[in-house]
Amino acid sequence: MNRITARRRHPLARYAVLLFALALLGGVYTVAAPAGQSADAAIASGKVDDVAAGKKLFEQSCASCHGLNLEGTKTGPTLVGVGAAAVDFQVSSGRMPAAQPGAQAPRKQKYPWVNETTIRQLAAYVQSKGGGPAVPSDDAVDPAKGNSAKGGELFRANCIQCHNFVGAGGALTEGKYAPDLNSSTPKQIYEAMVTGPQAMPPFNDSTITPEQKRDMIAYIVEVRGQKDPGGFGLGRIGPVTEGLALWVVGISLLVLAAIWITAKRRQKKS
Amino acid sequence: MSAKIGINEKSTVHQPSITETPKAIAGVSTYLDDRLGAGNFLKRNLRKIFPDHWSFLLGEIALYSFIILLLTGTFLTFWFKPSMAHVVYDGVYEPLKGVGMSEAYASSLHISLEVRGGLLMRQMHHWAALLFVAGMMVHMLRVFFTGAYRKPRELNWLIGILLLTLALVEGLTGYSLPDDLLSGAGLRITEGVMISLPLVGSYITFFLFGGEYPGTDIISRFFTLHVLLIPGILLALISAHMILMWVQKHTQMPGKDRKNTNVVGAPFYPAFMAKAGAYFLFTFAVTAGLGTFAQINPIWLFGPYTPADISAGSQPDFYMGFLEGSLRLMPAWEINFLGYTLPLSVIIPALLPLGIIMTGLALYPFLEQWVTGDRREHHVCDRPRNNPHRTSIGMAAISFYGLLWLLGANDEISAKFQISLFVTTIVGRVLVFVLPVVTYIVTYSICIGLQRKDAEVIGHGVESGVIKRLPSGEYIEIHVPPADDIADHMLGKRPVAMLPGAGDGEAEPEGVPPKALRGPIGKLRAKMSRAYGGEKVAIDDGHGHHDDHGEHAAIGAGDGGHSNDKK
Repeated sequence: MNRITARRRHPLARYAVLLFALALLGGVYTVAAPAGQSADAAIASGKVDDVAAGKKLFEQSCASCHGLNLEGTKTGPTLVGVGAAAVDFQVSSGRMPAAQPGAQAPRKQKYPWVNETTIRQLAAYVQSKGGGPAVPSDDAVDPAKGNSAKGGELFRANCIQCHNFVGAGGALTEGKYAPDLNSSTPKQIYEAMVTGPQAMPPFNDSTITPEQKRDMIAYIVEVRGQKDPGGFGLGRIGPVTEGLALWVVGISLLVLAAIWITAKRRQKKS
Repeated sequence: MSAKIGINEKSTVHQPSITETPKAIAGVSTYLDDRLGAGNFLKRNLRKIFPDHWSFLLGEIALYSFIILLLTGTFLTFWFKPSMAHVVYDGVYEPLKGVGMSEAYASSLHISLEVRGGLLMRQMHHWAALLFVAGMMVHMLRVFFTGAYRKPRELNWLIGILLLTLALVEGLTGYSLPDDLLSGAGLRITEGVMISLPLVGSYITFFLFGGEYPGTDIISRFFTLHVLLIPGILLALISAHMILMWVQKHTQMPGKDRKNTNVVGAPFYPAFMAKAGAYFLFTFAVTAGLGTFAQINPIWLFGPYTPADISAGSQPDFYMGFLEGSLRLMPAWEINFLGYTLPLSVIIPALLPLGIIMTGLALYPFLEQWVTGDRREHHVCDRPRNNPHRTSIGMAAISFYGLLWLLGANDEISAKFQISLFVTTIVGRVLVFVLPVVTYIVTYSICIGLQRKDAEVIGHGVESGVIKRLPSGEYIEIHVPPADDIADHMLGKRPVAMLPGAGDGEAEPEGVPPKALRGPIGKLRAKMSRAYGGEKVAIDDGHGHHDDHGEHAAIGAGDGGHSNDKK
């Protein structure tokens, strides 16, 4: 006791007390804060800084279409409540920010400033405005943990009418289309299902459970990774390319063969 | 040296020669000939003459594909189970393990993924099926455009149309058998077309499917149709087709010494037989090559058929594509009358284009005869340009068919080329009427242009590349007569026949027309005959004055005249 009281007038004591108080405050805050706030995943995991940085990015690259407060404009829908999953899907696949307005934003090369950090920051900002579906965990989208056969049945029942048997994509009305699923990451497939981007309907967790989503991801990933046992896959879009191959390769070759055979004639003896 | 002596010694003993038949062959042949009497038949037929032209081989694509189809199809039946009984898949394909499906689908998967060589056989069977129909189509177009269907071959033409129709049905029943999701979509459309027929539709559908769609019978019924009934009829009709062709002799292209009364070409044995045999091997090679290197109908990717599921890009095989296209183009019209629905949006696209094309094909030889009054026998083919209206009608039909066929894939076109789906439909609805007309006009002009070119080549010769300067300073290019075979080919042209009394050229005849050409139909017939028949561009072969004029003929040629003007 004496030792402490003896040094209480030490010139550094006031700093020590201040440091202790700050540490205590910080410690209590980190323990108490999550319990005290809404269970908002983005804010909980992210730092307050992410939201601020995200806001800045948003104002630079998104606000011209979606509005300064995510309220939406004539050229872009409102983003209130779309959630971090929607942001992650759109921005990580290069669809957003869009290059130009159109029926549908295509998957494209990402802008140089887009990376994991900036996507997380943007997602945190959008999530802070009205919540919405969160980015799924790696475990939730792991194809290895899904049952591809079950996923296949769900895939055929829910997805192929637009995306084709093997996810080769297809056309929709009014210039829209269902993109092919060959370059989508498992995470993006999951996010597309929960958020229903562009022309796609959302499949929330009560329609298709998270496990079922993982099964479907397992099916898509397994089938698209298959080596075609029958030779060249012809784009896997069915009889259209098969018919094309038949006429362009098959009939052409046989016509050439016919011309060749009949060009050979017996020399006239004279 | 010693070997040579040996041979000499032998030859003094026996003296074999190449004109003498070895005993091993002569003995067996005589034995067979005494019992079958085949020698006489062969003697008469082995030397049968076949004219040589590459397009005459196109029909053989279909013939040889049919043989390949029989062989590979037999292989497939060893493992295929034509049953719709429900099974749970337990094969090697992981993404379908534990999935419920029909036995037909499960056995097709087994053939594809587990039976040794099964996938190759399945793929060859499918490619050969496509080649079968495509071969028929190109063969039919050749026969049409060269007028080879004319008397006496009208019946063989009809057999051909029947063969094509049956081939379409054979294809439809065939690709429905694996009972995968894609084939099910085709089956569903078939059912939709059937049930849309007025009055009888629902009865026919229930009769075929054995009750409510899809029922449990359709696969086994299609199997019997596909492997027994239709191939049997096809085989019989193909034989009839070949026998008629053999008896009537093949048509030939116009050329030197080729007349309606002879056939110029190579004998069946050995020349034509070698060519036909080689062509079989080519067909087999193409089928095997495609079957090896190009995946077709990957049923494991499609999944089992459930009436509730449907995929984007569900197309039929190519020969059904035009029906798919017409269905996609059709506006959603239907008539509701006294509680009955007449779905025009299904009946019209399903029956109208098919009806126009198939009926048109079947009737064409007879319509042409009616218009031209031509009842003569024809054994020399027309060059397509020399009957411009026929060629234009054919091309218009091709454009109509081709457009519908193309639009059967409009969703793939839309997706791959970023064209709005609606645009393809709207453009298609206009083009389906406009394109045949435009094609007709363009083709007609091209035919007339080609005829003029022929007339010019015969009348003035071909450019020799030699420029000559006349004493007056004028330059002319020397034209020389065309090569004999080309000239003979061109001079084989005969004017298209016209009804007697129908008039001359565009002018109406003077005086009272014959009885058949009176009345509104008769007048129309006469008018059509005037337009269809006759000589559009007469070839003046310049015989007689060709030699006298010499260089003058060259001066008169198109190019010479032009250089005159420029000077």
